[in-house]
Amino acid sequence: MTGLRSWLARRLLLGAAQTVAVVLLVFALTEALPGDAAVALAGDQPDPARIAAIREAMDLDRPAYERLLDWAAGLLHGDLGTSLVSGRPVGSYVSDGFGPTLLLAGLTLLLLVPLGVGLGVLAARHAGRRTDRAISSVALGVYAVPEFALGTLLVTAFALRLGWFPPTAVGYGTDLLAHPATLVLPVLVLLSRPVCSLTRLVRAGMIDALASPYVAQARRYGVSGVRVRYAHALPNAVAPAAQHLARTVDWLLCGVIVVEGLFVIPGLGTVLLNAVAERDMPVVQGLAVVFGLITVVLNTGADLVAHRFAPRAEVTA
Amino acid sequence: MHDDPAHRLRHPGLHRRGFLAASGAASLGALALTGCGGSPSGASGHGDGKPKRGGRLRAAFAGGGASESLDPHLGSLFADAARAKALYDKLADYDASLVARPRLASAWEPNAGLDRWKVTLREATFHDGKPVTADDVLFSYRRIADPEKTFRAKASLEPIDLKASRALDRRTVEFVLKRPTAEFPNVLAAFGAYIIPEGAGDFDDKPVGSGPFRLVSFSPGRSTVLRRNDDYWDGAPYLDRLEFIVANDESARVNSLLGGQVEYAHELSPTTARAHEKAGQIEIVRLPGSAMQAFAMKTDRPPFDDKRVREAFFLIADRKELLNGALSGAGEIGNDLFGKGYAYYADGLPQREQDLGRARKLLKQAGAEDLRVTLDTSAVAAGFTEAAGIFRDQAAKAGVTIRVRNGSKDSYWNDILDSGTLCSYRSGAMPIESHLSQRLLTGSTTNATKWQHKDFDALYQQAQSTRDDKDRAAVYERMQRRLYAEGGFLVWGFADWIIGTARTVGGVDHRAPANTLDWARFDKVWLR
Repeated sequence: MTGLRSWLARRLLLGAAQTVAVVLLVFALTEALPGDAAVALAGDQPDPARIAAIREAMDLDRPAYERLLDWAAGLLHGDLGTSLVSGRPVGSYVSDGFGPTLLLAGLTLLLLVPLGVGLGVLAARHAGRRTDRAISSVALGVYAVPEFALGTLLVTAFALRLGWFPPTAVGYGTDLLAHPATLVLPVLVLLSRPVCSLTRLVRAGMIDALASPYVAQARRYGVSGVRVRYAHALPNAVAPAAQHLARTVDWLLCGVIVVEGLFVIPGLGTVLLNAVAERDMPVVQGLAVVFGLITVVLNTGADLVAHRFAPRAEVTA
Repeated sequence: MHDDPAHRLRHPGLHRRGFLAASGAASLGALALTGCGGSPSGASGHGDGKPKRGGRLRAAFAGGGASESLDPHLGSLFADAARAKALYDKLADYDASLVARPRLASAWEPNAGLDRWKVTLREATFHDGKPVTADDVLFSYRRIADPEKTFRAKASLEPIDLKASRALDRRTVEFVLKRPTAEFPNVLAAFGAYIIPEGAGDFDDKPVGSGPFRLVSFSPGRSTVLRRNDDYWDGAPYLDRLEFIVANDESARVNSLLGGQVEYAHELSPTTARAHEKAGQIEIVRLPGSAMQAFAMKTDRPPFDDKRVREAFFLIADRKELLNGALSGAGEIGNDLFGKGYAYYADGLPQREQDLGRARKLLKQAGAEDLRVTLDTSAVAAGFTEAAGIFRDQAAKAGVTIRVRNGSKDSYWNDILDSGTLCSYRSGAMPIESHLSQRLLTGSTTNATKWQHKDFDALYQQAQSTRDDKDRAAVYERMQRRLYAEGGFLVWGFADWIIGTARTVGGVDHRAPANTLDWARFDKVWLR
């Protein structure tokens, strides 16, 4: 197992480096946007004297690298910094927004795996027949609809027309679990595209695996169809799917921004969107760290899963 | 009509309406507005029935997200203004024709030189039971004007010499001004000039104001819950509770209103309004004259340093087409002047129409045939990019090639202030005097048309030194005639501000432009 352990160490080190790279990149990109926090705050009253004063009050008149170094020094003590705009600690931004976003993403992932794998296996079992064609074409069709469009469609149909679910999460605060009805439409929107891609991946993997020599061999030995399918073929089909699943998490982030806006759920996506518009660098950087870490951890986890299910497949760091 | 100026100024509310009604005959546009608005506040355009006490109203606004604050001096968004208005008061605020009316002030009176104003406060108390005093007023204004700070209202309070200003007694402040300022009440009504108790500092946890509502809870970027202030000096509100909800997405605001999750949705798009106006599920309220829509030409650089080119551009615009195309017809056309419907608006000038033939001729005279111009725009305000596209096509018919350049919406206003030659522009409601002083004087801080003329500055100073309203109106008219003939703002329209309310909501004012006193006036709203 030492091989795995050193692989894991390398993987985590690389992950840390990736997070640093993400933060640097986000910092550089946000700096490169036109205007800074002072300009964004001045809005339609861009009085030059006022902008200069805001800039001074926010310490924006110092060079960018100095501000970045200061912030990084604070990070070593676990301090994410303070917002330029409100003066409140970035940590409170993250902790306030984390709950709703985690809930949305967690629920989505929880439903995504059984749904995606189930549909994929079902389609593969009936490969080329009517069930497969129905699943595949619906998956392709839904995949082509962007979140905001699907969201608007679902709200109009199921919330405003039929009145089955509330149209937004307004008035429920952060305690969304206590009102599960509010979560149905947002999670459906978030699920829609990943389910389709996962289904297609699992289906393709299953068909490949079922056609492979080792499955044929297992069949010749008289192993039952169910066992062949779920004990031999499925693990090989799941390996690529697990890695895809981790990538879906990055994907979920984009979806979360749209869904949070559409359903008025005050999570991290909303915080990020506002912070970029306000050029609130410490908040943007703080969120970059959080998202970077999450992505690294999940991808490492996914690689571990792939390693476990299909050790033959080359798992590179 | 009282002719004694001292008497008139002691009763500013009375005198203003009297004045406007009388001089309406002398071509002042505010006549119609003041004429139909008999009651001084909250006149609703519909038969809403009798006000009823009780209930909770939830209002969805676009807001600043997690970084918002309850500090009334910090705000710059509509959501901030609506919240500040519920918790705090200003000394004065604007009526529908943008004339300052007394609020916490009960009267004001200038000296002969118009550079010292005595302002009397009404009997009012803060939420902690302490009376509002002259010291609180001076503390608030000094906080706003603090050179170390960057509050938005600082520029508006610039005319006041706060070192020399003092409290004469508990309820009288004497403001010493740096120069004669006939329109000083406008300063008292300035955006963000709220009165806080002396020494106040912690706003987000325990805001103490004198406003119609008290704070229950505040979570930034989510909601602000308020309850009725039974001791409010202007009469206790009807509502038991008021909750502000932040929803930045326009469709989310509409959907939550349609789904019965909120009763008031601020800032809807003209398309939404059209879709739901007839359906009857919700009520659409259009507040006229809320947003000037314009193109700003930089008058200090080619090609717009030639006034013939500017006039040609005035003549290129088909205002009706712009209004219908960019704003779905929600508003009215403009006449290249700011403030249609406001006090002092020069509405005697002929409405400008598209005249491509004359535009071509003027361009030829100016040697600007085959003119190529870049029009800066951005999705920063509703209708901007659409209007830019329409104007490009209109200009093409006069032989002018316009290239539309889309900029970042977060930094747009700063980007267009000094660079470029032509840009999309808009402005919220403010008195014509403020528009002139903020944008059209040599020393103006946001002079986007680079309109810098010593004689124009002198006219402004003359108006500010003129005590008599009619004489001052005459000076403003001269200034506006000049702008109409050769100014840098091609004002093509005035957008309605669109609000949606549940059918159970009564008492929503239908005339007040956004940001004036009766806009978002939740102390006058009730639930049926």
